[in-house]
Amino acid sequence: MRPFRSRTTAAALGSTALAAALLLTGCGSGGPASKDTAADAKVTLTVDLFGTFGFKESGLYDEYSKLHPNVTIKQTDTQDEAQYWQALQTKLAGGGGLADVQGLEVGRAASVVQKQADKFTDLKTLGLGGVNDELVPWKGAAVKTADGRVLGAGTDIGPEAICYRTDLFKAAGLPTDRTELAAKWSTWQGYLDLGKTYAGKAEPGNAWTDSAAGMFTAEVGQQKVRYADESGKPVFDTSAAVRTAWTDANRLVADGLSAKLPQWTPEWNKAFTTGKFATLSCPAWMIGYIKGQAGDAGTGKWDIAPGPGKTGNWGGSYLTIPRTAKHPKEAAELVKWLTAKEQQAKLFTKQGSFPSSTGAQAEIKATTDPYFNNAPIGQIFSESAANMPAQVLGTEDGVIGKAFTDALGEVERTATAPDTAWQHAMDNIRKANGN
Amino acid sequence: MAISSARLPAVASAGPRPRRAGRLAPYGFVAPFFVLFAAFGLFPLLYTAYVSLHRVELQTADRMDWLGLQNYTRLLEDPFFWNALRNTFTIGVLSTVPQLLMALGLAHLLNYRLRGRTFFRVAMLMPYATSVAAATLVFAQLFGRDYGLINWALGSVGLDPVDWQADTWASQFGVSAIVTWRWTGYNALIYLAGMQAIPADLYESAAVDGASRWQQFRHITVPGLRPTIVFTVVVSTIGATQLFGEPLLYEGNSGGGISHQYQTLGLYMYEQGWSFFHLGRAAAVAWVMFLLIVVLALVNAAVAARRNRTDR
Repeated sequence: MRPFRSRTTAAALGSTALAAALLLTGCGSGGPASKDTAADAKVTLTVDLFGTFGFKESGLYDEYSKLHPNVTIKQTDTQDEAQYWQALQTKLAGGGGLADVQGLEVGRAASVVQKQADKFTDLKTLGLGGVNDELVPWKGAAVKTADGRVLGAGTDIGPEAICYRTDLFKAAGLPTDRTELAAKWSTWQGYLDLGKTYAGKAEPGNAWTDSAAGMFTAEVGQQKVRYADESGKPVFDTSAAVRTAWTDANRLVADGLSAKLPQWTPEWNKAFTTGKFATLSCPAWMIGYIKGQAGDAGTGKWDIAPGPGKTGNWGGSYLTIPRTAKHPKEAAELVKWLTAKEQQAKLFTKQGSFPSSTGAQAEIKATTDPYFNNAPIGQIFSESAANMPAQVLGTEDGVIGKAFTDALGEVERTATAPDTAWQHAMDNIRKANGN
Repeated sequence: MAISSARLPAVASAGPRPRRAGRLAPYGFVAPFFVLFAAFGLFPLLYTAYVSLHRVELQTADRMDWLGLQNYTRLLEDPFFWNALRNTFTIGVLSTVPQLLMALGLAHLLNYRLRGRTFFRVAMLMPYATSVAAATLVFAQLFGRDYGLINWALGSVGLDPVDWQADTWASQFGVSAIVTWRWTGYNALIYLAGMQAIPADLYESAAVDGASRWQQFRHITVPGLRPTIVFTVVVSTIGATQLFGEPLLYEGNSGGGISHQYQTLGLYMYEQGWSFFHLGRAAAVAWVMFLLIVVLALVNAAVAARRNRTDR
């Protein structure tokens, strides 16, 4: 869809060098940017995002530019959120290179709220006090500081389902009907069992799912408490939710059901077109990702059914305005417009990112998606979202999640014993936290 | 600059004293380098040392807590540091040794009268002129597990595919291949320049005596090139110790693979600083690397000096 590595890494290196230079010369923060107040002056707003937000793809930018002829929007995008976060931290430290609008993944929200609240603009000061009022309550609460500042505007949430390839299912003699499949994989055990049936009949080299990491993340996302408890204490090493998901994901590997593809890599992206796996843990935003990777050739091959446990949340995002934004007022207008319920609803019908606005959620219930065999995506994801737990977020969720998925990669790709890999995950988390 | 401008008025007031000014002029000419070095080399170096004695986090970079040598002691207790050191060594050997041997052989061949010699010599330098990013991205594609050209070739002769990124030795070999590819031609040209300084009549008389080309290479070329070889070994050792771009871009993350199986010291430093945001720790790694390079350079120099002595 877009060049994912060269540009992002170059940008990361560039910004690193910049921040290092700033840090070394002892000047920690950039000067206040000029604030353009003239109403009709030409303004170029920069927007820096990760993954697939879909604003551009669904034509929202074009629409906005028509409404505001003086505004030009320039978007940059990093596929891998871990790389995006790294670059963002570097720019925040150096105080330079930040866009007017920066995306923020929900797993990083606690970290920003607790450690870096001063580096982002309180949206209330820009007249966006009510921007999160219409959202599902936990979504807005996650970006609110203890003293009431609002640091981000909610875009989407990630209700879970399973995406699957009807053509591969048919070839292996499996049912392709959504309701039938949803019943068969109403539990993760059922999902693994059906996978074994598939593996017995499918062509060699064609796996049941892309990776153990995908299944693990989806399964952990179904519990209220996963990596940290309500008091903020890390519980990733003792949490039953993590243990169960870990065991299930390892069973997936042991049964040979994984294509062993690390997510967000070129190999993984290519596998969308070659059909190397039959199912994929599918939070709503994955729909846009699949469309981007599989392209027009994938039309009609994919379908969606409610997944194991029927619910869960994986990801979802916010839009923030850094303190150093050049055009905070115009950026606030854009953020307000992009996260309003009309736009959230449109984003879902075109791109699949599920709205966090309750108003938009009410509007999109009847949506079907022709790309996915006219699957009733509105209904499937609405039900998933309605039952979703209000997830407890910890400051280190991003780091911890990555350590676990890396460890699962070791199990599936280097035949490391699960217990050893678990220990590696613990070591990596410890290292990242500086202990 | 400071030196010359401070002294110049004194020189002028004391009348024409060309000898004094003449003595000072060289300082003036070399000053720009040292001024720039002080600003962009020495100051960062010392400031890094200062940072390395503190707890500094990127997310709160304005706060520094004094730690003393704790960053260093913690570093020496960290298994990931030793892992990175070991990887740096093995990747260094895997890339430097074949690289220099191949460069020597290539230079020897280019030293003959060949048709299109200039073309080959320029072509040698092409990989060096390619950016690390571009080269690594191409190699990462070649080494892909499922869709890579190399595994496809292995498969076509009936061999099992290799996971060039997850497997320890295979991934280190992959990274080394990029380094070797980039630097072989560069070193070959340095050797070639060294070879041209060896008198041609030595070869002629050797040929008259019936020495084969291999014997000429062993008994004339290699001894004549010894200082050049020492130079390339030193430069390559320093380069290998600092290896960073290739392993970073190989899979696009600073961990050096899912098991850190090809994480070099450079990557380890970067990971500490820019993935985990521990700037103090990263600064300590930087200083350890610096000291390591100094030690390696001294060892190299000592070995070279000793060889020279025993030869005489």
